[in-house]
Amino acid sequence: MSKGRYNDFGGQYVPETLMTALEELEAAYAKYSNDPEFKKELSDLLKEYAGRPSLLYYAEKMTKDLGGAKIYLKREDLNHTGSHKINNVLGQVLLAKKMGKKRVIAETGAGQHGVATATAAALMGLECEVFMGKEDTERQKLNVYRMELLGTKVHPVTSGTMTLKDAVNEAMREWAGRMDDTLYVLGSVMGPHPFPMIVRDFQKIIGEEIKSEMNKLEGRLPDAVIACVGGGSNAMGTFYDFIGDESVELIGCEAAGLGVDNPKNAATIANGTLGVFHGMKSLFCQNEYGQIAPVYSISAGLDYPGIGPEHAMLHENGRAKYVPITDEEAVQAFEYLSRVEGIIPAIESAHAIAYARKYAPTLDKDKIIVVTVSGRGDKDVAAIARYRGVNIHD
Amino acid sequence: MTRIHKAFENGKAFIAFLTGGDPDLETTEQLIYAIEEAGADLIEIGIPFSDPIAEGVVIQEADERAMKNGTTTDDLFALVKKVRQNTQIPLVFMTYYNPVFSYGRDKFMQNAAEAGIDGLIIPDVPFEESEEVRTYTKQYGLELINMIAPTSIERTKMIAEKSEGFLYCVSSLGVTGVRSEINTNIANLIKDAKEVTDVPCAIGFGISTPQQAKEMASFSDGVIVGSAIVRIIAEHGKDAVPFVKEYVKSMKDAIR
Repeated sequence: MSKGRYNDFGGQYVPETLMTALEELEAAYAKYSNDPEFKKELSDLLKEYAGRPSLLYYAEKMTKDLGGAKIYLKREDLNHTGSHKINNVLGQVLLAKKMGKKRVIAETGAGQHGVATATAAALMGLECEVFMGKEDTERQKLNVYRMELLGTKVHPVTSGTMTLKDAVNEAMREWAGRMDDTLYVLGSVMGPHPFPMIVRDFQKIIGEEIKSEMNKLEGRLPDAVIACVGGGSNAMGTFYDFIGDESVELIGCEAAGLGVDNPKNAATIANGTLGVFHGMKSLFCQNEYGQIAPVYSISAGLDYPGIGPEHAMLHENGRAKYVPITDEEAVQAFEYLSRVEGIIPAIESAHAIAYARKYAPTLDKDKIIVVTVSGRGDKDVAAIARYRGVNIHD
Repeated sequence: MTRIHKAFENGKAFIAFLTGGDPDLETTEQLIYAIEEAGADLIEIGIPFSDPIAEGVVIQEADERAMKNGTTTDDLFALVKKVRQNTQIPLVFMTYYNPVFSYGRDKFMQNAAEAGIDGLIIPDVPFEESEEVRTYTKQYGLELINMIAPTSIERTKMIAEKSEGFLYCVSSLGVTGVRSEINTNIANLIKDAKEVTDVPCAIGFGISTPQQAKEMASFSDGVIVGSAIVRIIAEHGKDAVPFVKEYVKSMKDAIR
């Protein structure tokens, strides 16, 4: 069995053409991830440029309103570019620069990873091209324009379902054609090894900060950490440092779209089966013939038919629990957090908020839960207005 | 000697690709007979997949057409079974891994072998992952075709040593599709491969004209042509048979 395994999940299922590119990336990452100079540069960028550490905020009004466990919010929405995506991207684009690459490419769903990659490329002087499903370019026009402002070329992808999975297909095709000067900056803990490992390593700072800040504020570990899951990068970043702390519940919130029993959903753990796609063995929404299902969620960032292999392992081992959240629940949570705490979360993150609303009231007041707000919701305002029947211009 | 080896006994081999079920199963069947009559030595039948990441636009669209008309893996097993009653031409499936994996590797190989398939090409299973497939192909006497690419360089010998059927040599970077020029180091890689294996080496990706075929065949054992054939099928639909036949004949004649 090949490298990069999480139980039997993971691996490197890519065309031969890409194998040397993955080997090159793996070698470069092994070298630089232990290089004190690289580590210092990255940590300076995270602090000075991205604004880390992000706040761990006690959501007092929400806590009182729900009447159960004490709720903290991990404010990844306050990072530069407005989401946790910048953590990974600063790492990978810096790595690309060290590797002597002149150009980075990326896929994006909601546009957050694309915007983050465009930003890091602008900062570090690399060319950048982003692949985005045509349907998503329409759902997230604002982010398309943001990327263009940052000097990135956005390619609307018109194949397949014209969403995130098709954007990944197209980025992989592009990389297979040009790898000598180009690094594919993958946005989630998915794809072929070493991507799930690299992205997790660059995102694990979320959980590390939660742990140390919680220790300062409460002198103990939280009882549960909650995050939304598409491919799973902010959730893996949130969970990773707590995996060994058995008392901490790890809860991932998947996009159930119109409901787990309705074909229009993207809840991979609830509905997926074992398969091999986008370079990894993991769980996927697919039919009996292994054709990848056209999934759906109101959230472009969670609208993905698979899940990262390490999540599949945490699920199989029973270490983490994954719950489905519908569009309607997420939209209500989006509105709730805006009203109650004055924080407009990304519609992706609203899936985690939605579960906290259900879960916190079932716990005693001496329990503590942390919800990662993976991004801010400005990008979603127009879409939520449309969902509520209000037509405003993007 | 396997049927695949026989494909390389008739001078340089011409290997044709088409997507199963494009434009429909009946036309695919007639195309297979016509391609054989035109002189092709081996036929690759593509199993349509929702997300063919190694394909350019031409074959992506063929997959979409075939899936839209409802073509399934079971339909293609049935098609091969039928075709096998009329021809002994070597047939291989070109498929992405998920349709094989999700069908059940054991059941897939058993059905493929029983239908009369000789081998499998799975572009998203590289050498490092191939054991979990080879275990099953071996059991049913199918040959799993390994691939090398221009980037394989130091990997070439390792891959060639374990090859069976033929070695699929990818001419260029990128995905499948017609190319006006093929600039490549593949000739050198084939030399490296030949040092460690007697398995024939065939070149694919980008080849569309008789001139290109002739040039590629000059340093290999055969050429593989997909997108150029699929493009003719896309243009003529159910009436594509005589056009494909004429094209394949011109290509085989160029490398004889």
